[in-house]
Amino acid sequence: MKTAVSPQAISVGNGAKRKLRVRLKLHYQLFIMLLVPLAFILVFAYAPMVGAVIAFKNYNFNLGIWDSEWVGLQNFIRFVRYPRFWNLIQNTLVISVYSLVAGFPMPIILALSLNCVRNRYFKKSVQMLTYLPYFISTVVLCGMLFQFFNPRIGFLGQLISRSRGQLTDIFLNAKSFPHIMVWSGIWQGMGFSSILYISILASVSPELHEAAIIDGASRFQRILHIDFPALLPTATIMLIMSMGGILNTGFEKILLLQNNGNTIYSEVIDTYVYKVGMTATIPDQGYATAIGLFKSVIGFILLLVVNGIAARVSENSLW
Amino acid sequence: MRTGNPIKRRKQRDIAKDRVLYAFNYLFLLLIFIIVGYPLLIVVSNSLSSPEAVTGGKVWLLPVDFSLEGYQAVFQDKSIVSGFRNSFFYMIVGTAINMVVTTLCAYPLSIKTLPGRRWFMLLFSFTMFFSGGMIPTYLLIYKLGMINTVWSMILPGAISVWNMILMRTYFMNSVPGDIREAAIIDGCSDFRYLVKILIPLSVPIMAVLVLYYAVGHWNSYFNALLYLRDTDLYPLQMVLRNILIMNNASMDMLASDPEAMSLRIKMIDLVKYSVIVVASLPLVILYPFIQKYFVQGIMVGSLKG
Repeated sequence: MKTAVSPQAISVGNGAKRKLRVRLKLHYQLFIMLLVPLAFILVFAYAPMVGAVIAFKNYNFNLGIWDSEWVGLQNFIRFVRYPRFWNLIQNTLVISVYSLVAGFPMPIILALSLNCVRNRYFKKSVQMLTYLPYFISTVVLCGMLFQFFNPRIGFLGQLISRSRGQLTDIFLNAKSFPHIMVWSGIWQGMGFSSILYISILASVSPELHEAAIIDGASRFQRILHIDFPALLPTATIMLIMSMGGILNTGFEKILLLQNNGNTIYSEVIDTYVYKVGMTATIPDQGYATAIGLFKSVIGFILLLVVNGIAARVSENSLW
Repeated sequence: MRTGNPIKRRKQRDIAKDRVLYAFNYLFLLLIFIIVGYPLLIVVSNSLSSPEAVTGGKVWLLPVDFSLEGYQAVFQDKSIVSGFRNSFFYMIVGTAINMVVTTLCAYPLSIKTLPGRRWFMLLFSFTMFFSGGMIPTYLLIYKLGMINTVWSMILPGAISVWNMILMRTYFMNSVPGDIREAAIIDGCSDFRYLVKILIPLSVPIMAVLVLYYAVGHWNSYFNALLYLRDTDLYPLQMVLRNILIMNNASMDMLASDPEAMSLRIKMIDLVKYSVIVVASLPLVILYPFIQKYFVQGIMVGSLKG
């Protein structure tokens, strides 16, 4: 096999080729099926990636993507020199890191806690109720927040106003914006994200627990040494996945909660892209695309780095 | 229970430390229960109260001055009703297309002997982590002539790669590959196998994905904000955005003569609560039917294939 031009090698090559042809023939129906999703992904995912070349152009709507003038990195330089550049980066990171740090452990804690409950009805009802907010839409959630924090009619707004001794609208207090974003997100997603962990805990072999009980382990020790390690591989994967999206701040929600009073804390990269590219009086699509691309590339690099570290440290990685 | 099994006996009388843990655990879960449940209860109670009780901020637990005026106003509003109709259409047609496209992708990619399978997977997976961005996508939709059409609500997200991977993993892990081999040897085509054998064997994952896609369609507003101009095409979430976020009550709600108008203005907060309930109801009703497949579908789908 080591000699390059031995007769066997050639025949092996032919055989492999013939085999490939046979395999292609055998699977032709599968390829026909694949054509449909392939068409969708090429048109709706890859075509915009090609269209993102306008990040390097001075995009002119009338000239179109290809005839607009190349400007190199000018759009990117413009973004980095934008006076609020660091403010945008900071807001983006504050909201996403905050929601990761506060939000990531919550479903795990909830799952571990529910796993300790022996009354089935209590367990089921807590589960059912905590899943429910997941089905509430972003618009409705934001509407609820506005109602709740309304200083005259909302229960939270009234409580805050009473404790401060004056009518206080929390949405006019820019500093509270990240807190509202993050904790409303946890309120909504905690239960649903815990399903995965709960089902993993349910599949932990009871023999492990029985052996530990015989050895005199307390329930807390069993959580620490049996339940928690069982969750770790999945939790790592979930963590990597969320690191990849760390610059995605759930901006559809931010856009709804934003007002002129809180943009110092609520303007993130994505909302800025939307404003520059879509709602500005003179939309600048090239510039907006450059900002979006800047974000995508950094997010992708982050994902690769985190995945690399995780693969080295724990043998859990995405691929 | 009286088997004399030492483990069982031990389980029955917890050691003191465990009792403390269990007590704290119950308290913790009770707290979670209240934190999640109370806001939901407040919304429902407000929606069933009188306009005066709502604007006075008097509802703290149960409905005050029970009334259905809020719901009456909601169902009289033309934009809400049309939003409902549009959202149902987008949800049903959209989810159907989602499921077909996702299955047509997941099945071939679950066959280990498919030539180039790794490359196809890479091609699809890459789009999960990298995208062209909002503006190029908008320009594409514009070029395709889909702005302000129902297609812009249905086609761009026709396949979620994440969901496709869940389905593919399910096919690979929960359905024995021998069945396909036997069927193919007996002259069964791939299409026939998929429809007659594989899909009926994969009900849990199908149910879970239908739920995911349906929830996605029902709850999304941003595509509509980007692509739709015509208010007649607006899905419910866009109508809700006008009422709840932008504080634009529609013309129907604010009648033209001043007396009725002042009455309606009093109503607006009540209407907000009612519309929140009405808009969330379809999914809350859908959920119990699918719930029994939940754990099964999510569990199997999450294992790496």
